[in-house]
Amino acid sequence: MEHSQSDTKKPFEAVVHEQGATVLRVCRAVLGVHDADDAWSETFLAALQAYPGLPHGANIQAWLVTIAHRKCIDHLRAGSRRALPVDSPPEQPSLLGIPGDGHAELLDAVAHLPPKQRQAVAYHYLAGLPYADVASLLGGTPEAARRAAADGVKSLRSALADIPALAHSFSKGVIR
Amino acid sequence: MTLETSPDHGDVVSLLEPLDVGLEPALASLQARLARDAQLTHALDIAYRVVDSPVGKLLLAATDRGILRVAFEGENHDDVLQYLANRVSPRILRAPARLDDAARQLEEYFGGARREFDLILDFRLSRGFRLSVLQHLPRIAYGHTESYAEVALAAGSPNAVRAVGTACATNPLPVIVPCHRVVKSDGSFGGYLGGPEAKRALLTLEAAA
Repeated sequence: MEHSQSDTKKPFEAVVHEQGATVLRVCRAVLGVHDADDAWSETFLAALQAYPGLPHGANIQAWLVTIAHRKCIDHLRAGSRRALPVDSPPEQPSLLGIPGDGHAELLDAVAHLPPKQRQAVAYHYLAGLPYADVASLLGGTPEAARRAAADGVKSLRSALADIPALAHSFSKGVIR
Repeated sequence: MTLETSPDHGDVVSLLEPLDVGLEPALASLQARLARDAQLTHALDIAYRVVDSPVGKLLLAATDRGILRVAFEGENHDDVLQYLANRVSPRILRAPARLDDAARQLEEYFGGARREFDLILDFRLSRGFRLSVLQHLPRIAYGHTESYAEVALAAGSPNAVRAVGTACATNPLPVIVPCHRVVKSDGSFGGYLGGPEAKRALLTLEAAA
């Protein structure tokens, strides 16, 4: 457990404090709210275990998003084994948020994106990874990652435009 | 407006803002769950919590071997945690459960209902003569004091009076290891890492009981 004095890693609590919200947003975008909590927990537990071995000066956020990406893939695979309908979801009340606050509607819209688009949107726009890094997580070229993110955003905009209450409300401060 | 080129970053971030609904309470419970999971899987090297006391907020930190550190607010808790990260391990989380017993005993002590601490201590931050001094201090009874010279004698080096002062000033476990009971030969308080007011408060508390 002893470390050399040149090792000046911050306490892991500070990492959780600084990165916890971003990782949760990413997990929510990729998996939806319910599974996001489990993926977040698995991500930070794995990160805590590996933390002492993280090279000095490494990009902690990119490292965490990489771990979160793997944990989310595990959940996506488990989800597809459970054969969740994707093309024609049943119309049922969402348990994901208060209807009308934009939360449930956005999550539904995100959930209907192909996984690659969801991941590209989350990793680039929520986690701030450059497309080269997104591509190394998803496979393919940076240009393909950029296109997946742009297609995802376009689909989200058109899906949400059908909800009159939300069509004009995507500015800061309106939603809540 | 064309949507075919890369969308404006800020616009997309606003579009995704509903993901933040309920984010803070979710994070609070996830952090508590992480602390529990980390403890269960032995991935947590140092657990800490902060408790209120009559001498200000106290940071309590423990390894799986015992209580490692008690720190006054004036020492800057962030600095203390960074020191522990460098010196022991960065696998540190706010995880109150491991310190429940210490927190309860401190509360009893400050309430005048406890005269001795019954806690397992991890002395790994102290070595050599300083460690000998710290191990002697719990033998100074509640409500009593010893001079630096008396402690030097008891720790086996009667000439090391200044070193006793250093050992007390760098005590990683103040309050629990009672360096506040070491005073100057002339009866004045002497220094204290929690400040002279804290030392006065602790000695007054013990004198009243």
